[in-house]
Amino acid sequence: MSKINKILLIGNPNVGKSAVFSRLTGAKVVISNYPGTTVEFTEGCTKINASRPVIIDIPGTYSLKPTSKAEEVAVRMLKDGDLIINIVDATNLERNLCLTLELLEEGIPVIVALNMWDDTKHKGIEIDVKKLEKILGVPVVPTCGLTGEGIKELVNNIPKARIKKHGVLTDGARWKYIGKIIEDVQKLHHRHHTFLERLEDLSIRPATGMPVAVIVLFCAFWVIRFIAENLIVYAADPFFTKIWTPIAMKISALLGTGSFLHDVIIGKLVDGTVNYTQGFGLFTTGFYVPFAMVLPYIISFYLALGILEDFGYLPRFAVLMDNFMHRLGLHGYAVIPLILGLGCNVPGALAMRILEGKREKFIAATLMAVAVPCMAQIAMIIGLVGERGGTYVGVVFLTLFLVLVIKGLMLNKFTKGKSPEILLEIPPYRIPHISSVFKKLWMRVFSFLKEAVPYVLLGILFVNVLYTLGVINVLSGIFSPIIQKVWGLPKEAIAALIIGFLRKDVAIGMLGPLNLTTKQLVVGSTVLAIYFPCIATFAVLVRELGIRDMLKSAALMIGTAILVGGLLNLILRF
Amino acid sequence: MVISLVEMKRGEIGIVTEILGGMGAAQRIRSMGIRVGKEIKKGEAHFWRGPQTVVVDNFKVALGFGMASKVMVEVERVENK
Repeated sequence: MSKINKILLIGNPNVGKSAVFSRLTGAKVVISNYPGTTVEFTEGCTKINASRPVIIDIPGTYSLKPTSKAEEVAVRMLKDGDLIINIVDATNLERNLCLTLELLEEGIPVIVALNMWDDTKHKGIEIDVKKLEKILGVPVVPTCGLTGEGIKELVNNIPKARIKKHGVLTDGARWKYIGKIIEDVQKLHHRHHTFLERLEDLSIRPATGMPVAVIVLFCAFWVIRFIAENLIVYAADPFFTKIWTPIAMKISALLGTGSFLHDVIIGKLVDGTVNYTQGFGLFTTGFYVPFAMVLPYIISFYLALGILEDFGYLPRFAVLMDNFMHRLGLHGYAVIPLILGLGCNVPGALAMRILEGKREKFIAATLMAVAVPCMAQIAMIIGLVGERGGTYVGVVFLTLFLVLVIKGLMLNKFTKGKSPEILLEIPPYRIPHISSVFKKLWMRVFSFLKEAVPYVLLGILFVNVLYTLGVINVLSGIFSPIIQKVWGLPKEAIAALIIGFLRKDVAIGMLGPLNLTTKQLVVGSTVLAIYFPCIATFAVLVRELGIRDMLKSAALMIGTAILVGGLLNLILRF
Repeated sequence: MVISLVEMKRGEIGIVTEILGGMGAAQRIRSMGIRVGKEIKKGEAHFWRGPQTVVVDNFKVALGFGMASKVMVEVERVENK
């Protein structure tokens, strides 16, 4: 066989390709229990004997005729592969074999991994691996990506992968052939319903599904708050007051108050001491915002999300929300990118590739950018607005929710076309593996630290420079009609709007030193959430939507921000 | 008798006889494992022409109401007059 340089992992959605990929390469990728977790290919290296081929994890597809952008990626990648590892869900052999046969027709060497092998036993499925191997004419290896069982055998068998042409079949003939294969190799044994299966039924049945959803959301919300608040009170705040402040004070004394360098590094002193929320120095606010205000919420949110994802709840929630989402011009599956957007809008925007067409993507992206604040922003709103009372935090989020609904209704009405229907495989519930939950949590937290901290610092540096150069003064003069007359905010709030392009959390934080009234704080936070996405999200959206749709979407965002901010300013009486 | 998937009752079992509709939709439904000759069990029907769920072999699929109404199924029922 010629040298293998590129190995592709191809299979149906949610069969565990990413889990196998992570086992083969040691690379860190997000693994969840719902179809469409992977929307872009990921590369990694592995070692087979002496060679080090590249392994590529590819978004799942049901067939080689793609129906979404994520599936298109799979089909396009196919041409570059020297070898295919076809990951097959052993508990759904029949449906998975359709893609297997299509892949065999392509004339590329194939090896089949019968993944989720451990699940076949308690599902009462018996597969004759040797017989299947003989029929397909390529190696077949039982594996379990999550535990790593069978991965070594899979690697050992890679050199044995071969081309086996079965001839190109028509759709009908292919299914007939599959039916025959299944008859030959698979036996099903009767078994009783498990507890998890009863729970599955409860959480998707119309009458019980909604109450279950309310309980799940309430629990998730409670867990997120409980963990985050305790992390702040018992870890982050003590760390900053006991350890960070003394160091900051020493640096402050060293630099001497009043100098530009002091202002940039330590910020303004309040009552003779460093102030983490008002000071706006790199060493003070620059670290306090990401580590003490945002990080606790990032940790608790992604822990809760990870458990829900791995358990398999999200697709059920998607089905329950289908009706509601149709009114907004989307279908139920679109709640998944929106939920991911609550963590960070960037993965949310990427996940929109699971949606079928341009229209849905445009609507979903606009709704997310306008009405789904990321966790960094949410944490800052809770931190800052929450000081004035929980009700006011409620006002901000209720406003955003209303904006989501009204904007969705309007977009559905005025955007040409019709929303397509949901077609979604619903995976079984699985008890999450603690180790994989924490591995995923760590990946996401690490990526937050890596992406956010430099931008927060950059943002704060930027604020200081702009103030010193007088740019803020000039701009606040220009924009004061909107900021002062429409929103009722002091014109200095322009600085927050400018920094909001860079980081939303810093922007909300910048409302702190402005001595706003509670009403102004509510208006300011809401406007900052709506008016524009941060630069990272913007870049991804331009790529995903194209520049034309993105400009349209951006105009809608700015218009909505002016309108909603103005309305709040008129209506609110506190 | 042959009815559409949306007319099936919860827990009812039937054999798919035909998938109506354009090539695209039918192809998508088939690639999810719902195809002619296949035994399927109806799951839930959500309110207001909401999504319908079916169990095929070992897995569940949710389909929009319109799509589900294109899947024709042979079921055994005593016909009422």
